[in-house]
Amino acid sequence: MKPFRLYEPTTINETVSTLRDLGDGAKLYAGGTELLLAMKSGLLQYDGLVNVKQVPELDGLAVEDNVLSVGARATHSTVEHADEVLSDFPLIARVEHGVANVRVRNVGTIAGNLCFAEPHSDPGALLLLYEAEVDIAGPGATRSVGIEELVVGPYETSLAPDELLTQVRVKGFPEGMRGTYLKFGYHHRPTLGIGAAVRVEDGVFADVRLTLGSVSPMPMRLRASEDVLRGERLDSTTARARAGELAADVCDAIDDLHGTAEYKHHLVSVFIGRALTEAIERGER
Amino acid sequence: MAEATERRIKIAFEVNGGAVEQDVAPEVALIDLLRDGLLLKGVKRSCDMQVCGACTVLVDGAPVSSCTVPAFEVRGKRVLTIEGLAADEALTYISDAFIDNAALQCGFCTPGMVLAAKSLLDANPSPTEADIKDYMRGNICRCTGYKKIVEAIQEAGRIARDGARS
Repeated sequence: MKPFRLYEPTTINETVSTLRDLGDGAKLYAGGTELLLAMKSGLLQYDGLVNVKQVPELDGLAVEDNVLSVGARATHSTVEHADEVLSDFPLIARVEHGVANVRVRNVGTIAGNLCFAEPHSDPGALLLLYEAEVDIAGPGATRSVGIEELVVGPYETSLAPDELLTQVRVKGFPEGMRGTYLKFGYHHRPTLGIGAAVRVEDGVFADVRLTLGSVSPMPMRLRASEDVLRGERLDSTTARARAGELAADVCDAIDDLHGTAEYKHHLVSVFIGRALTEAIERGER
Repeated sequence: MAEATERRIKIAFEVNGGAVEQDVAPEVALIDLLRDGLLLKGVKRSCDMQVCGACTVLVDGAPVSSCTVPAFEVRGKRVLTIEGLAADEALTYISDAFIDNAALQCGFCTPGMVLAAKSLLDANPSPTEADIKDYMRGNICRCTGYKKIVEAIQEAGRIARDGARS
């Protein structure tokens, strides 16, 4: 790996000023589970890394008023094992447990995962299912954006070079809604991830949320598919098939080692059906 | 803004129960400090991308991939490698269980397997087969087919619980 200088600010303000002064030559470093691999291979090179793990303000994990807040220092393991997450957001605990392997979860952070924006990854599509927001500190006022506004392309976020994701805030599903997340793949990174959340009334989809990840260039909400399902009977095969087709239309899958685009379109369609059934029968908070 | 740290960071930590001080550049991976600096050759490099588990060491009891974790991250922490486990009579029941169950062939993955197994048993002394497969899914063995590894960890769990070898 190319030698770099290490910077270790201890406050959010100092982190922002360090990023501002160093400019494009520096990058934020949290767990490093993705960034360091890219640096080892020479794909990315930085003159400086700014370590956020010495900033106590970025600690913290709490559930208050049905909102889970996770600080930027929290690792996947911390989230997975936290009592508040297990009791109030069991789906998040389950999906976080499924991320990579125990060593990566012990080091990697959920905030770093979002900011690296690797497409083949679970947390983005999962958090989008909850309409989660992230808080961003920068030279000006703190701002908050949703996952779709944060992750704008493969390995690409809307963060300015002197901005820092400080925490993720996840509001519980609305009353009566339950969700699930299914993933599929034979590689060490997922080929496909589908989030589905439903509110059922009198045998129809009163409300539906569908999100997609890994197969698409970035986590995406499948709004057209949701619209088709809303108001339809739970067992409507035509509505489900149409939702799958619409998702395949927008997912922007490509031919790669995970499979052809055509194969992935098929997967998306099949897994939307499975995820809806799972959410209806065994959906979690 | 924060000043850069020195080109070489002075770190103090514990390896296998002994205190260590080293100067490391920030880009040096933990595996290189352990193998080249401290001659702990039981730490194995294989995939070099956190997938295979051969380079597993325990930092404050938790498994990490030493191929990618920077050495400076173990400041003030306790590192356990297979050499430390092998030298601790209270822990060798785990490696013995691997031997007794023929849970290795070439042995290259074994240091990582044994350390991961220790971490699992610390948290859960009575793991089911499913628990073991789930926890160990990030440690890859290309020889054994895993069945004997699962059996070895189950036996190690029995020894840990009953305090005696079968």
